[in-house]
Amino acid sequence: MDIQQIPKQQRTDLVEKMAVKNLNAFFGKTQALINVNLSIPTQKVLAIIGPSGCGKSTFLRSLNRMHEVAGGTMTGTILLDGEDVYKSDPVVLRRRVGMVFQKANPFPTMSIFDNVAAGLRLNGVRDKHILEQVVEASLTKAALWDEVKDSLNKSGMSLSGGQQQRLCIARTLAIDPEVVLMDEPASALDPISTAKIEELIYELKKRYTIAIVTHNMQQAARVSDYTAFFYVGQLIEVDETKTMFTAPRQKKTEEYITGRFG
Amino acid sequence: MMGLCILSAVLVLAPLVLIFSYTLNQGLGSINIDFFIHMPKPVGEDGGGMANAIVGTLIMVGIGAAIGLPIGILAGIYLAEFGNNPFATSVRFLTDVLSGIPSIVVGVVTYVLIVLPMKHFSAMAGGVSLAILMIPTVTRTTEEMIRLVPHSLREASLALGISNWKTTLRIILPTATAGITTGILLAVARAAGETAPLLFTALGNRFWSTSLNEPMASLTVFIYDYARAPFDDWNRQAWAAAFVLISLVFVVNLLFRYFTRTRYESR
Repeated sequence: MDIQQIPKQQRTDLVEKMAVKNLNAFFGKTQALINVNLSIPTQKVLAIIGPSGCGKSTFLRSLNRMHEVAGGTMTGTILLDGEDVYKSDPVVLRRRVGMVFQKANPFPTMSIFDNVAAGLRLNGVRDKHILEQVVEASLTKAALWDEVKDSLNKSGMSLSGGQQQRLCIARTLAIDPEVVLMDEPASALDPISTAKIEELIYELKKRYTIAIVTHNMQQAARVSDYTAFFYVGQLIEVDETKTMFTAPRQKKTEEYITGRFG
Repeated sequence: MMGLCILSAVLVLAPLVLIFSYTLNQGLGSINIDFFIHMPKPVGEDGGGMANAIVGTLIMVGIGAAIGLPIGILAGIYLAEFGNNPFATSVRFLTDVLSGIPSIVVGVVTYVLIVLPMKHFSAMAGGVSLAILMIPTVTRTTEEMIRLVPHSLREASLALGISNWKTTLRIILPTATAGITTGILLAVARAAGETAPLLFTALGNRFWSTSLNEPMASLTVFIYDYARAPFDDWNRQAWAAAFVLISLVFVVNLLFRYFTRTRYESR
């Protein structure tokens, strides 16, 4: 696949929140991403689609340096607001770029309140009033406040799957990130919980920049402004979602979207 | 075939049942409140207790725990967090070896290392020998329990911008606590039941003593002395002490089951 064929972003008046340049990601000798160039526009939702093993999760994790935790390496540049994210402390980066995982992972020894407050508390915030305000605001933004406001002291594990995932979203929002990365956030949930999460994403993009990996193309079509299609470690095409799903430029994209493989 | 299995299961239970019923039978008669608050009396005199032995066991197990638990837990954390290098592999191997060393050997070595330089037997030496016996169990259990904490929790914490070290201390360890506690309880129960190392280090004491620099009585040595004695009265007291010791271990086991049950619920 010729890299020159990858189109530039259509709209050039958009501010670029994150920019990925010539990203090559490796796990030992295996190359998971090949020369990826992509920009993530501010306060929009970018959906990342592709068949299993195409590198979309690896790509997402390289944005907040989580793939390093699994022992991965990379070459290339990733910029957040113009600054190289690999030149600064990953811990600081992750407070600006949050992540929600596929399987909800609330801290089992903590209550609902403590779960949401964990990011702040463990980063030194002690003021009870601030914590209470932030917890309420985050749970509200995650559309969970009404359901749990009377049982904040219950264990985080006592919630249903969909609620736990919204709890994890609230926990991520509590640290007030600028970018929220979501790795197939609804794939383990039932359709109703999935719909709730999708509504949530629609609201969240007013304030946060969102990148969501999904294997569900209908979800990508419903929820995102831009879609990027990955295949075998390469970025094949990226475009406005409307265009991507009606008139894709690359043949591979069209084949994937119409379900001929993947 | 089935019959053989059932027979084996019965044979497994048999020693436990025998020990319990015998000790209960022989010891219960001699147990009264005196036992727990009085000092041993000279031969021939009625009554007397093992207050000094009970306190002695508590103190020396306490010393053993105070030394052995922090070392074991921190070593376990090291092995779980950074344990993929040759040094860690050898530590792990040697810990397993240490857990297999006969306790009498540990006692003799502690004698040479502590009792000889100090020129007298002491509770401190006893505590140290117990610590050496506790360390392998605590280390291995701590490592296993930390490794059992799902990787997804570490990821969730790191993704919130919490540093690696804080993640280990404030998220991973608390989650592993129930499991680590069972390791601690097992190590404590074992240490409370040891006799041989105490014979070479704490020696035993007929009188009341809580000083760490002097020989100290313990339940196990008490049983050893009184069971060997030619006096009926003393033998009965030994049974009573055996009963007290077994009850202690039994209670620790119950606590162990309680903690593991809590762990399953929170998953």
